[in-house]
Amino acid sequence: MRNRGTGSIVYLEDVTVNFDGFKALSRLNFFMDRRELRVVIGPNGAGKTTLIDVVSGRVKPESGRVIFGDNTDLLPLRENEIAQLGIGRKFQTPSVFVNLTVWDNVELSLRRASKGVFAALRQPDAHEERERIARTLETVQLADKADGKAGALSHGEKQWLEIGMVIAQDPELLLVDEPVAGMTDEETARTGELLETIAADRSVLVIEHDMEFVRQIARKVTVLHQGAVLCEGPVEQVQNDPRVLEVYLGRQREARDAVH
Amino acid sequence: MPKREAVALGIAAVALTVVLPVCNLLPASSPLAVSNFTLNLFGKFLTYAILALGLDLLWGYAGVLSLGHGVFFGLGAYAMGMHLMLEIGSKSVYQSALPDFMVWNQVTALPLFWKPFHSGAFTLLAIVLVPGLFGLAFGYLAFRSRIRGVYFSIITQALALSAWLVFNRNEMNLGGTNGLADFKTAFGFPLNHVGTQRALYVVTAVTLVAAYLLCRWITLTRAGKVLVAIRDSETRVLFSGYSPAAYKLFVFVVSAVLAGVAGALYAPQVGIITPAKIGVLPSIEMVVWVAAGGRGTLYGAVLGAFGVNWIQSWLTTSYPDFWLLFLGGLFMGAVLFFPDGVVGALGRLTARARRLLTRTGEPGSPGDRPRVALDSSRARRPGVLDRASGAGPQLSQATLGVMRPPSSEQ
Repeated sequence: MRNRGTGSIVYLEDVTVNFDGFKALSRLNFFMDRRELRVVIGPNGAGKTTLIDVVSGRVKPESGRVIFGDNTDLLPLRENEIAQLGIGRKFQTPSVFVNLTVWDNVELSLRRASKGVFAALRQPDAHEERERIARTLETVQLADKADGKAGALSHGEKQWLEIGMVIAQDPELLLVDEPVAGMTDEETARTGELLETIAADRSVLVIEHDMEFVRQIARKVTVLHQGAVLCEGPVEQVQNDPRVLEVYLGRQREARDAVH
Repeated sequence: MPKREAVALGIAAVALTVVLPVCNLLPASSPLAVSNFTLNLFGKFLTYAILALGLDLLWGYAGVLSLGHGVFFGLGAYAMGMHLMLEIGSKSVYQSALPDFMVWNQVTALPLFWKPFHSGAFTLLAIVLVPGLFGLAFGYLAFRSRIRGVYFSIITQALALSAWLVFNRNEMNLGGTNGLADFKTAFGFPLNHVGTQRALYVVTAVTLVAAYLLCRWITLTRAGKVLVAIRDSETRVLFSGYSPAAYKLFVFVVSAVLAGVAGALYAPQVGIITPAKIGVLPSIEMVVWVAAGGRGTLYGAVLGAFGVNWIQSWLTTSYPDFWLLFLGGLFMGAVLFFPDGVVGALGRLTARARRLLTRTGEPGSPGDRPRVALDSSRARRPGVLDRASGAGPQLSQATLGVMRPPSSEQ
């Protein structure tokens, strides 16, 4: 049984990521509580995606510490090992297996003791596992499309399928990168509800650009700027922070003005 | 296994393992008689089909294109060939206990690595273990370093070239350019005897059926689904908790062993194995069999190996100048016009015919399947494959690889 007590779920200390001289993260300090729904915002290049790349093991920082749960050091682990520890990741562009059925997509994602080759050759799914797959498909409202190829789904449905796949992994920490990019308003609202349901019993870290959406789901917001935390707090407070207006909202308003 | 496939497999298995050898027993005057020559030719094609199955598992399912499977075929064939050479003993031209080419090359004692091949049991083990372990070592290094897509294909091609160069050297004591030949007996049975050749044919046919069942079983397990998932989005597989490297290594080793077994069955039936069988060109031909037959179906690979080689043996006897042109044309045709092979093209044709006949024309039902297949097989083409980015499936879905994914930040 995994520990789902209190304390931080993920903890980054003095993390620096250097891409050929460009510091995507610069001595970043960041931590999240268990069962927290956190939104990270920030202008392009602020280091938002790099932050979840570091937590999920895709990018290894030049220096710093990344601790998961009470004392698990994530730095020496590979992506799949980190996923098996209980960190799920949803990509910005929907990343599903288009040549497999919707059901198979969830089946592969399901949390299992071993995801090695020989385990996958041996065990067919028991009744309990099939139940879990069916329940996940209900949650993301794709039960009626279970037997169809995932490639035939719409963009929004693919996003939900991927969210469903990550839920099936039963992660303690869920990393979600711009979940509503390219969605209709209705789909956006449904995605927001979905994320709040998920956050009821696990920690969720969301990266988002869409301020409407941020206001819908956010309790606590972290603003990144130039690879470090600019400020942190409830959404209203962050929105009115002059530094944030300067680097982020101001720039967005300018961009919007430029379009109109 | 779907019922239709099981029935088709059963019929094919009986036809290949029982009906053909029985027809070979009939007197030549009978209209159903199968000549010794034809049976032997079919035996050769069936060894190719065994290899093609492994290649399809690797390429058609996991999306890993190997341009070096001639090497594994060669390892199996040479392992068998070495045993057959030693079986000749002093019945050779030079009447020495050493193989003729060694006498010719003034080698006075049997090289150490030849000695275990006196044992038939060791040879059978080596046929499986040598290609398997070599595949394991090569695959481990390549997949651990996350070499993917075209880069992996290029490295396997380099492997084929270097293996060809190595096997050509007389210093290797493997017969150099001339390879191993003039086998007299196989495990005590005279190879010039019709019965021995017929038995070898039956063993090959049974091995093919077993190899098919093995490959189909793999594709039906969850591991088989992971292979398809790797082709679709390796990144997603990784972040779902699987190690794509381990799965690719597994399927690479399986295909290497199948190629080795195919080679071992090839050597005694054809009577010769030379480096010409393991270079770049034969390795590419193997890929063409699978592409022409249809990737990701298993039966497509078998049909491709059989069909292409049948045409080859017909063309090279009737129109010898035409064969390479045909091979090139086939490769281009497979890339441009029927990326899902003959099997896929037939599927599309029948679906279209059925739509025309029934005139229901419902989108999404029968006609939909081949189109998905087309998309997926395009996605499997090297170059559109395996970008190290979360946007993998976008690239694959952009059918021609022209469309770029929406640029993501950082």
